[in-house]
Amino acid sequence: MAQYASARLDASFAALSDATRRGVLEQLGRADGSITDLAEKFHMTLTGMKKHVGVLEQAGLVTTEKVGRVRTCKLGLRRLEEETAWIERYRQLWASRFDELDKVVDELKRREKVDGRKKRK
Amino acid sequence: MDARRESEPTPVKNRTTVERRSEREFVVTRTFNGPARLVFEAWTKPELLKLWWAPKSTGMSLLSCEADVRVGGSYRFVFGHDASKTMAFFGRYIEVIPHSRLVWTNEEGDRGEAITTVTFEEKGGRTLLVLHELHPSKEALDDAIASGEGLRETFEQLDELLVTLGASR
Repeated sequence: MAQYASARLDASFAALSDATRRGVLEQLGRADGSITDLAEKFHMTLTGMKKHVGVLEQAGLVTTEKVGRVRTCKLGLRRLEEETAWIERYRQLWASRFDELDKVVDELKRREKVDGRKKRK
Repeated sequence: MDARRESEPTPVKNRTTVERRSEREFVVTRTFNGPARLVFEAWTKPELLKLWWAPKSTGMSLLSCEADVRVGGSYRFVFGHDASKTMAFFGRYIEVIPHSRLVWTNEEGDRGEAITTVTFEEKGGRTLLVLHELHPSKEALDDAIASGEGLRETFEQLDELLVTLGASR
């Protein structure tokens, strides 16, 4: 189960590592679109865009549906949410550590100031 | 001037960001309102590390924290809710440059060592901290993520707590 979840996460991260693919996700967040629309928007060949959409589709970030001769793409939202959720939990761990570290640094600064005064006397 | 500054309300907390840079790397960044030498000190003295590494809000506590921060020196952090259920993180320091850079290995995983690099960059009395985690392979990072999933419950408690804290502010 954990293996399955992490393999999916990995595919999602790999899919998100490319700027064009992130752009495609943003674009699909605004409106569904065909591969042709996307290729035009991103100034790419149909083949190039098909490849990108394929990677996003495998990662579950995008779903496509072929009606007649047109393949329409839309966001596969759930997976993206899972992905974001994991990063957010990781971020919160560090954020809560660092909020505590702030206090330690403040205390060190205070001590240094006190010691500095003592030394000048 | 100092006295006045001290009486001002606590400034808004600096933002912590996390970014996945590649299939093997994560980067965490955060700015601290203090000089690099003090932030570095908090990372290198076990008695100080203990104060912040296992925040209460995670529901975990640091049962022991040993860190011999010098090149070749080792560290061992043991976490747990109580002594019956613990988790140890250990490794050794491979680079220690006072006030600017710390590099250590993470040897608890069974898929090879991950390397953590922390840099401290001071600018105008503030310190930008960048923590870079490099895993030996994407499988190893998958494992780390999977074990992170195992911590889900803990993090969910943390989520709730953060919401409560946020609301009471």
